[in-house]
Amino acid sequence: MTNLTVVELSRLQFALTALYHFLFVPLTLGLSVILAAMETVYVITGKPIYKDMTQFWGKLFGINFALGVATGLTMEFEFGTNWSMYSHFVGDVFGTPLAIEGLMAFFLESTFVGLMIFGWDRLSRPAHLAVTYLVALGSNLSALWILIANGFMQYPVGASFDPDTMRMQFTSLYDLIFSEDAQAKFVHTSIAGFVCAAMFVMGISAYYLLGKRHRAFAARSFRVAALFGLISTLAVITLGDALGRSDYLLQQTKIAAIEGLWHTTRPPYEPWKLVALPDDATQSDVFSIGLPYVLTPLVTHSFTEPIPGIIELEQEARPKIVNGIQAVLALQDYARTRSPEALAAFRKNEDDMGYGLLAERYAPGQDLAAITRADLPGVVNHTARATIPNVFVEFWSFRIMMALGFAFLAVFAFAAYFSLRNRLERHPWILWLAMLSIPLPVLASEFGWIVAENGRQPWTVFGWLPTFQSASTHSVGYLLFSLIGFALIYTCFIAAELYLMFRYARIGPATGAPAETPHAAGPMAAGTSGYAGKPWQ
Amino acid sequence: MELYVALKVIWAFLLGVLLTGLAVMVGMDMGVGIMLRFVGRSDLERRAALNAIGPHWDGNQVWFVLGGGAIFAAFPTLYATSFSTFYVVMILLLFSMILRPLAFEYRSKLDAGRWRATWDWAFLVSGAVPMFVFGAAFGNVLQGVGFHFTWDGQYFQDESFIWYVLNPFAILCGLMSVALSLYQGGTMLVMRTEQPIAARARRIAVAGGLIAALLFAIGGIWVSLMKGFVFTAPVDPAMAATPLNGPSVARQAGAWLGNFHAHPALWAIPAAGFLGMIAGPLALRAGFAVLGWWLGALASVGTIFTVGVAMFPFLMPSTTAPAQSLTVWNASGSAYNLTWMLVFALIFTPAIIAYTGWAFRVMRGRVKTDSIAHDEHSY
Repeated sequence: MTNLTVVELSRLQFALTALYHFLFVPLTLGLSVILAAMETVYVITGKPIYKDMTQFWGKLFGINFALGVATGLTMEFEFGTNWSMYSHFVGDVFGTPLAIEGLMAFFLESTFVGLMIFGWDRLSRPAHLAVTYLVALGSNLSALWILIANGFMQYPVGASFDPDTMRMQFTSLYDLIFSEDAQAKFVHTSIAGFVCAAMFVMGISAYYLLGKRHRAFAARSFRVAALFGLISTLAVITLGDALGRSDYLLQQTKIAAIEGLWHTTRPPYEPWKLVALPDDATQSDVFSIGLPYVLTPLVTHSFTEPIPGIIELEQEARPKIVNGIQAVLALQDYARTRSPEALAAFRKNEDDMGYGLLAERYAPGQDLAAITRADLPGVVNHTARATIPNVFVEFWSFRIMMALGFAFLAVFAFAAYFSLRNRLERHPWILWLAMLSIPLPVLASEFGWIVAENGRQPWTVFGWLPTFQSASTHSVGYLLFSLIGFALIYTCFIAAELYLMFRYARIGPATGAPAETPHAAGPMAAGTSGYAGKPWQ
Repeated sequence: MELYVALKVIWAFLLGVLLTGLAVMVGMDMGVGIMLRFVGRSDLERRAALNAIGPHWDGNQVWFVLGGGAIFAAFPTLYATSFSTFYVVMILLLFSMILRPLAFEYRSKLDAGRWRATWDWAFLVSGAVPMFVFGAAFGNVLQGVGFHFTWDGQYFQDESFIWYVLNPFAILCGLMSVALSLYQGGTMLVMRTEQPIAARARRIAVAGGLIAALLFAIGGIWVSLMKGFVFTAPVDPAMAATPLNGPSVARQAGAWLGNFHAHPALWAIPAAGFLGMIAGPLALRAGFAVLGWWLGALASVGTIFTVGVAMFPFLMPSTTAPAQSLTVWNASGSAYNLTWMLVFALIFTPAIIAYTGWAFRVMRGRVKTDSIAHDEHSY
């Protein structure tokens, strides 16, 4: 019998370690591209200031990169250490993109990042530029393969369930790679990383401009970042819209939860809920304020298509649950007898097997065979309810992410405008805004992942394997041991990372006639330099 | 031979190659980390040792990542079961392993004694613990692990994790792994650092190689006496990959020597291991550091492939449900998956070897202690 506490703790651990990992990944993805752009300008123009820019931002890249690598190891381990049933069930198809990621991307990125940092004096300019390009290529290719793997969890294509091995078997590499969900998600996610990096570079440059230090250096970095950020933000919003449409086609429970749609919509009037307080328990809104006529075109890109609501989706799930229970019982029989009759019985309902596995949680003693005729409606009710992700979390995570995305558009637009007209120093408010916005794109990315993965619930493999069936059969003690360990180590890590990041950002680039160089004696000494940089302390 | 069987055997071989790559390349960096406090008496000396592997540790570590990914894809049930049954030790390995990227990147970024001393200890822990666990895993698997599967393929652990760290044979294997990594790391420092660091590293490497040879000999005798696993009924190597319907398996003393008795030419593999562990230190003493490095690699090849050949086709035998032991035949991926993985491996492995070699060539030569102090890029 599955211990639900262990499942919940395993989920908590995976969620926290994944969100933590993604504090660092977006900056790696985006900064590697910005470094490549800066170094390209250096190699073409030969102006040393662009070399200073590449080296300085490269140093901050390194501080961040180390944590991305370290916390990424955790992710690769956790499928095996905490999700053994999941790994067994989909390893044949899900493990493959991870292995290819190592072969094609991570080796490239990691081997050349050493040369990028250490190779300045040993490589010719074009050779070093090529190395920087390969680092950017490697990190973004790495994201591609990871998101292909994630795409399989969201929209499992390219594999089918095999009753002889009790797992999904890989059937089409093409379908896996070109999964609509994976592709939409890859571009949205990696370009969100570009936004994070652009805000990072722009914000720190704004800090120097406010303190009137490293002015030439900071003004150039600011401009590169503002333009890069503006283009990237536009792309992220457009691609996010495409991803939303792919969810509407492929993951209806997710889109219904994102928009808080308890009932199927009535196009075209149906309002888009701007603010609401959805209550999962009663399946209704405590209150909601909506914009009429916006929802249907926003989600479906048409004025006529209805979007299925939660209550209707639950109704649709009910026959699947009944069939799924039959499929799992037949599969159990087949595992024991290997009889063709049992196999035929399984084949009849195999597409609904996942719903049968989901129903196990609500069966007496988690045993489908123990369900009596009298129990069945209750089990089906509970299971149908369980097919819907938490609406409150989904609704608000999405809105926070989206609001932040549009806010970035405004910040980058103003920043680019004032930067191009050389009026930044007359408008310190935009510099302050840029500086204070540094953490926000990372925050938006985190909410994006909550939308994606909370919206996938109750499945680890959408429609096929329920989350509660996926975890390893550990004792609670094991989980407490690892959770407490992660909490301690990760807290120390982020403290060390932020400390170094702030310190090196304060010190600033090594050359370019700094107006005042902070004394490198201690962390507080850096803060005493002319500018009252209180937000940094 | 049927295509699927060939694919399974090829991937078992590639698993050995990956684990060897891990032992050599990651082992080298770990060895440097372990001996850092002993080869470097001053801060500058320690930095010189770190910068000898500084440009390469990140690329080397990918062997570890790729090892995990390849086991996940090529032997999914092995990945799922071994990582979960060894949970506590795997998490300890992970905790120590994730200290390393930060230790490299952060240690020399602050000029404070306690900060750097803390990271130096982190290097010791994050070198010794993973290498010990890596070796001990081989020790545990050779003796069999207590687990079984239910009908749906979910594993259950049938013994306490304490056994995995406290059993004497696993400890021996763990120590041997640490000794080999000290050898490999020491050799690298002999090539890449100046005196007196290189001389200290050489002493540690020589000791590491010879201790590894001694432990390998003791381990060999131990394995020949311990209860191995053997099929008692014919097994179809082309079987569907599931541990649920395996033929019966028995535990027999000396069973792990069966493959060697059947194919005496295989004795060349442990012999090659010994050759590496004994000729390596001799070569180092005679001043042939590069040769010594390659002999160290030979020692790792010999050790890991000795275990693989002894156990083949077993990967992780079960003591509590021997018929559900994981083997090359029943724990692998599908033929379609193994084929595509092989295609990618054939395309990208030569490229990886080429650019790794190029990276080592670009950074060749000894790390100069006095130049580190002036180079703001160095660790």
